[in-house]
Amino acid sequence: MSALSAHARHLAEAGRLANEIRLSVEQVSYAHSANPAQAPLFTLEATSFQARPGEIVAILGPNASGKSTLLKLISGALAPLSGRVLLNGFVTHSLTPRTRAQRIAVVQQESALLFPARAWEFVLQGRHAHGPSLRFESEDDVLIAKNALAQVGAAELSDRWMDQISGGEKQRVILARALAQQPLLLLLDEPTLHLDIAAQIGLLDALRRLAAENRYTVVVVTHELNLAAEYADQVVLMQRGRCLRVGPPSAIYQRELLEQVFQTPLTVDFGSNGRPRVTVLPGT
Amino acid sequence: MRPLTLRRLLLQCLILVLILFVVVVVALKFGAVPVSLYALGRDLLHLLLGQSSQISTDYGLIIVNIRLPRILLAIIVGASLSVAGTSFQALLRNPLADPYVLGVSSGASVGAILALIATPFLSLSPALSALLTPLGAFLGAAATIAAVYFLGRRDGQIDSTTLLLGGVITGSFLSAIITFLMGTVTTGNTRGMVFWLMGNLSTSFQKSVYWFLGIGFLVAAGAIYTTASDLNLLLAGEKEAMHLGVDVPRVRLVVYIAASFLTGLAVSVSGSIGYVGLIVPHVMRLIFGSDHRTLLPTTALGGAIAVVFADTLARTVVAPNELAVGAVTAVVGAPLFIYLLRRRLA
Repeated sequence: MSALSAHARHLAEAGRLANEIRLSVEQVSYAHSANPAQAPLFTLEATSFQARPGEIVAILGPNASGKSTLLKLISGALAPLSGRVLLNGFVTHSLTPRTRAQRIAVVQQESALLFPARAWEFVLQGRHAHGPSLRFESEDDVLIAKNALAQVGAAELSDRWMDQISGGEKQRVILARALAQQPLLLLLDEPTLHLDIAAQIGLLDALRRLAAENRYTVVVVTHELNLAAEYADQVVLMQRGRCLRVGPPSAIYQRELLEQVFQTPLTVDFGSNGRPRVTVLPGT
Repeated sequence: MRPLTLRRLLLQCLILVLILFVVVVVALKFGAVPVSLYALGRDLLHLLLGQSSQISTDYGLIIVNIRLPRILLAIIVGASLSVAGTSFQALLRNPLADPYVLGVSSGASVGAILALIATPFLSLSPALSALLTPLGAFLGAAATIAAVYFLGRRDGQIDSTTLLLGGVITGSFLSAIITFLMGTVTTGNTRGMVFWLMGNLSTSFQKSVYWFLGIGFLVAAGAIYTTASDLNLLLAGEKEAMHLGVDVPRVRLVVYIAASFLTGLAVSVSGSIGYVGLIVPHVMRLIFGSDHRTLLPTTALGGAIAVVFADTLARTVVAPNELAVGAVTAVVGAPLFIYLLRRRLA
């Protein structure tokens, strides 16, 4: 009953906020230094962008451009040096870990396990923040976990051991755990890193469908130019700790700009769906 | 999907309680003086009914005054060391962590010995004096695990091999200090070197000490149990646990203090009994899986079973002489440790 009313509240809130800004990154900056007396090793200059429910934002840039740092700032794991990140009006860094986990799900590059676990046990971990910290999973939790596995097309993996499934399957189970958190905001750090091309497309198709169906706001860190062009509603283009541009792919994907950022000759053309496509020109 | 239910957990614990009961009966029966099961049953019944006056035979006295307290001690020590081992394994994300291997037991020994040496010089009431030893052991354990934790860090991350090496070296350094203290200090009752280095359960205490141990164990193990679900997530890494809603610093602090306390508790009354905190959690993980909601209570019971059993062996194999119970656990534990280490490196 309480789960149902919570769900209804969730829907009402989602409806009310459907066209409002959900995620607001406001002039966020950061500096990392090993030693406070020395100049910082890495800085992120003030960055701003906003995202609505159902939108996919790609943070794009070469290595060491500050993509992952920006993601950590959004997730609230890092405190910004200045500026703030608001999720539905709350500063993400100030939320308790439990409240944060109810609203933000983070999918990281690696997910190591010390002792073997089955896929369903792994997905149920996503329910941890919903309820008292010591508890036994309810039928609701099991239902939500099953749904999450089904939503990423991994229902048949439920009873498999996590260390005995392929990289693509594992990535889907990790995504299912994030869905089991029933978040407002889904953050992914290079989710396609170890996947073959079919698994990459499969994952991103699933993400686009989920973002539309469940009204998640999705932020993906990637350096895959074409995947970002194909799937993102907005692109945040980063280089050496600076946010260069924010906008739809069609506005960001300009040959000179991308050549300068990625330090490689390339061409940009537009496909039949109006989305840009990048071809890297080797050996020129 | 078969998530854990309270019912299944209780059933698993019930099975272990029954095994523990059988092992306790065996431990009561066997020893330098054999006791018939009939006499054992009769005397225990009298004890349970509060008719201690009915127990008049010498055998009955052996059971009630010597074997039963010792078994009680074995149960608490075994449960404490196993729960401490499980906790350290989760806390340090290292399946080979154990109070003895990490040198924490030796640290607790040094703390306890220093407390024993200091006691005659502090004019405290007898009750406070009795608490000083476990307090010293707790502080020794807490300081050692903190030191090993920092020794085991490389580039801000805990490195598994460095951690174990750091623990082993710390342990041998502290053992040298124990040897030094035992060789130079002769005041008071410091119990002897073998007690602190190998551990044994032959010391008998006043009744109040058993109450203190029992309640202390329940409080500390209970505190750790409140974090059982969090520990499951902590195994995947601190960052990931945080993203899933775990208050990582709080959990770390609770488990760190409670596990150090349990180690100190066990060591202050039994010395350094090794490998219990390593073997028992591994066996229980094989049988019941690695969910800490199951693992913590089952390792507590399994640890009790293991130490009662090991102590019975220590009392009987060379009767009427006795082995140190730590020697029995080390004979089983050290080869298992090597096996686990090699499998991990492979």
